[in-house]
Amino acid sequence: MIFDNIDMDIERSKVTAIMGPSGSGKTTLLKLIGGQLKPDSGSVFVDGENVHQLSQSALYDLRRRTMGMLFQSGALLTDLSVYDNVAFPLREHTTLPEAAIHHLILLKLEAVGLRGARHLMPAELSGGMARRVALARAIALDPQMIMFDEPFTGQDPISMGVLVKLIHDMNQALGMTAVVVSHDVNETASISDYIYVISDGKVVQSGSPEELKHSDSAWVKQFLDGDADGPVPFHYAAKPLIDDLMGGIKSVRS
Amino acid sequence: MIADKVLNKLQQIGYKTLSRFNRVGRASLFLWQVLLSLPYVIQRPRLLVRQLYYVGVQTLLIILVAGLFVGMVLALQAYIVLVDFGAEESISLMVSLSILRELGPVFTGLLFAGRAGSALTAEIGLMKSTEQLSGMEMMAVNPMKYIIAPRFMAGVIAVPLLTSIFMAIAILGGYFVATEMLGIYEGVFWSQMQNNVDFYDDVINGMIKSLVFGFVVVWIAVFEGHDCMPTSEGLGQATTRTVVHGSLAVLGLDFILTALMFNV
Repeated sequence: MIFDNIDMDIERSKVTAIMGPSGSGKTTLLKLIGGQLKPDSGSVFVDGENVHQLSQSALYDLRRRTMGMLFQSGALLTDLSVYDNVAFPLREHTTLPEAAIHHLILLKLEAVGLRGARHLMPAELSGGMARRVALARAIALDPQMIMFDEPFTGQDPISMGVLVKLIHDMNQALGMTAVVVSHDVNETASISDYIYVISDGKVVQSGSPEELKHSDSAWVKQFLDGDADGPVPFHYAAKPLIDDLMGGIKSVRS
Repeated sequence: MIADKVLNKLQQIGYKTLSRFNRVGRASLFLWQVLLSLPYVIQRPRLLVRQLYYVGVQTLLIILVAGLFVGMVLALQAYIVLVDFGAEESISLMVSLSILRELGPVFTGLLFAGRAGSALTAEIGLMKSTEQLSGMEMMAVNPMKYIIAPRFMAGVIAVPLLTSIFMAIAILGGYFVATEMLGIYEGVFWSQMQNNVDFYDDVINGMIKSLVFGFVVVWIAVFEGHDCMPTSEGLGQATTRTVVHGSLAVLGLDFILTALMFNV
């Protein structure tokens, strides 16, 4: 079981962060919201519709209208240029003339600061640039909500700063709902309106960044401060070291 | 202790059998979804043309070279056997019948599995492991329609075409060896073939075989790519499986089809 009785509200036009240690199922949660995975029980509502009760065409329609998702790797189509990647959802879902699409692409790329990189191929981009292109593509159809899967992981400080600013600006300027899944505490806390901390399939704590900072839970404190030892032990569960050392080579296998 | 091991082994066998059947079921459902997505491809001919280039045109070279040499070797071997009976004038018959009925479709199926099938699996598998397929789903574009169906259709169209090219070039190779090297009279070569090769029994049956082989090989290739574990190890295994299963399927189906078609 990945989640146990989890209950979350994501408010419209707000930035909601979901934080938790690696392997706590944060990405799975986004896939549940997007309808890519089905829960064994429970339901997910997006814009008033129960995601997992929809027919396939209704689900695709819901995704087109309301959701954008930024994958950790960017998930750009490697055989298309930056320009064509951003054009992809527009060409697939609208009947706009190519001239209008051209203008839209330039505006979206301008928003992420990569108008000058439109002729590059995905393989020529740095990780941070690829994520920005993916962001431009995700906002191409002006979705109501964007889900960010680990947007800051593996980024240098500058790219991280750029992404933080972009998420913040898009939320402020366009009123776009943002769901940020991350374990980069400071960056995420700086732009979030509300934070859920999950671990072992449960919501450990939730609240505004201020409230969490003053949390009295030792676990949350360790997570936010990044302490090596605490309620989450440094050692993976094992028998005492002395038994292991005295047990000979066979004990390694058992 | 021993009873435990036996039980473990039995359990493993049961588990493996179940997962095999599970996979067959998934592959069938997958095929059904691909077939449902085919109308989309017809609305987007550009996707199809692009894939026809990748799986068809780019396989042409290996088909041409292999076809030429198979035809040439066949003519030599046929001559060695037939000349003892003074029947070397039937050389074209032996070459054309073995090419049209068996070697053309089978060779093309095997070469296609190795050249294009493995590439299809690797491409789709890599798209899966780099989240391109998930990304497409979240952009509300069904990868089944946009990625899988055009590749499937291109393969099904390409294999019979490649087979007919293989057949033609192999017969030309045989013709070259027979007339230029072995001194068979040109007119005899062609008239023997004309009199004894039946259009329906030999040519059409060969093409039906190639259609079946193409369908199965491409099905295996796109399914393995779509179903692979998204790791470098899983991708390698999936590519290998495409070639091994694809080749075995071609050979096994060839036997069944031959038995059905020629009423032996």
